[in-house]
Amino acid sequence: MRWQCQVTGIDTLTLYFGDRIDIALTEKIRVASEALSSKLGPRLVDLVPSYTSLLLRYDLLNDDYSSLLADVKSTLDDLPEHAAEQKDTGIIDIPVFYHPSVGPDLEAIAARSALSVKQVIQRHSNQLYHVFAIGFAPGFAYLGEVPQELETPRLATPRANVPAGSLGIADRQTAIYPMASPGGWNLIGRTPISLFDARREQPSLLSAGQQVRFRAISRDEFLALGGQIE
Amino acid sequence: MSSHAGFHVTKPGFFTLLQDAGRRGVMHMGLTSGGAMDRHAWAWANRLLGNRYGTPALEITFGGAAFTSGLNTQIVVTGAEVQLTVNGKPKPLWTTIRVNAGDSVSLSAPRAGVRSYFAVRGGFIVNTDLGNSCATVVREGTGGLHSNGQPLGQGDLIPCSDATPPAANRKIPSQWIPDYHEPLTLNVISCAQVDRFSEAVFETFFDNIYTLSPQADRMGARLTGPALEVADRTLISEGTSLGAIQVPADGQPIILLNDRQTIGGYPKLGAVTPRSLDALAQRPPGTQLRFREIPLPEAQQEERQFLAFFRTAGSV
Repeated sequence: MRWQCQVTGIDTLTLYFGDRIDIALTEKIRVASEALSSKLGPRLVDLVPSYTSLLLRYDLLNDDYSSLLADVKSTLDDLPEHAAEQKDTGIIDIPVFYHPSVGPDLEAIAARSALSVKQVIQRHSNQLYHVFAIGFAPGFAYLGEVPQELETPRLATPRANVPAGSLGIADRQTAIYPMASPGGWNLIGRTPISLFDARREQPSLLSAGQQVRFRAISRDEFLALGGQIE
Repeated sequence: MSSHAGFHVTKPGFFTLLQDAGRRGVMHMGLTSGGAMDRHAWAWANRLLGNRYGTPALEITFGGAAFTSGLNTQIVVTGAEVQLTVNGKPKPLWTTIRVNAGDSVSLSAPRAGVRSYFAVRGGFIVNTDLGNSCATVVREGTGGLHSNGQPLGQGDLIPCSDATPPAANRKIPSQWIPDYHEPLTLNVISCAQVDRFSEAVFETFFDNIYTLSPQADRMGARLTGPALEVADRTLISEGTSLGAIQVPADGQPIILLNDRQTIGGYPKLGAVTPRSLDALAQRPPGTQLRFREIPLPEAQQEERQFLAFFRTAGSV
């Protein structure tokens, strides 16, 4: 596996696996991250995968840059350049109520792409998405890629308050807001399930490198699953 | 009976948070690190009481807070130069103080410095489920007394144990107490993306004074000064490091702090060392700052000394 390493902080180094956003790279970083986590375990205080990189934080009192780098190298050198296809069993299913009542930008996206609302929903939910990165807020997963015809730039003026569970599109990425926050993504629906819950053993539902599919559900099912419509 | 023992918040002050050494192992979920902004003052408060490194204490920003003790114990207040009183009588900072049930502890607004640390013998007892830390993160709504990221409010009871044996009375030698009025030069290490900036940009940054903007919080310290030009602005978002100096499009640098977002897409000029961040945490908006580059091994050596002194000592 090819990569480059750079110092990014007093106790961090960042491994770079490529220089453009690419699903194949996301898969490669997932494999690297799992291998490093299992080989180096507690030596890594934090391990932060993103689109093209993996940040490693180590403990200065028990470790040093050069010995850690040597062990990172021996771990990654054993890995193949092309990761094996991820098995379909790992796909996370997320139910979504796609509707203008909870997705105020759904009709605008349909008009923009000369599709019906129903077609937008079909195209968005037929796609298999990869988690490129988690960031912005706890449990906020950047997913890609949205079919080209649904590509939509961020809103010129972000909304002051986006309700928790809102599903949005920005350019060719899609994401769910785990908690209410300001936000500029185009909202198309809402999930009743919780993307982040600090009380769970795994607080974040998603992690980088996972695959996600959205399943369109009815208003009744949304409400039955605990969904809220204001 | 220790179940209801603790300190009652009678006046929460401007911004008072439970903080410790910060979270570990949770950044991949988008959870920030948090933790005491001035580890030096925070770690001394605990050490004087014989508490281990990592013990939760209160971080009181801009003073103006008051508490009533529900038990007989000892406390230490370090950091910002506030007037500390117990039942109206002045008490020294950086020194163990005995308090009894019913005593009222008050901190004035600071004469120098920004953040006070209030530690109690045995530590405050609070949920540490996220990243083995109690860190209160308002932006995320995580951590703290009620696990909802809220600052302490009037009427809160911060539990602590009255079972811990008394510590010896201690204070730290005055020469170890920092002068927060002193002009500050922050140490910077060179990092990835230095090639995004020209040599002239580094000269501008290291030869000029930058002013700490009022828009400085626990996420980041915004600076104002001569604009820094970024040759190549496109950067794919990547994990962020403590102290990283981000340069956004307007050329005004931002130092990423404890509550920073976990990934970010601005090029970084370098990273301020954690020991310099401790000092920065005691400087109010408007403070003039200089920067100097030091080699990574020197920066790491300084940080290792700090951690070895406070983390491996345990009880003193």
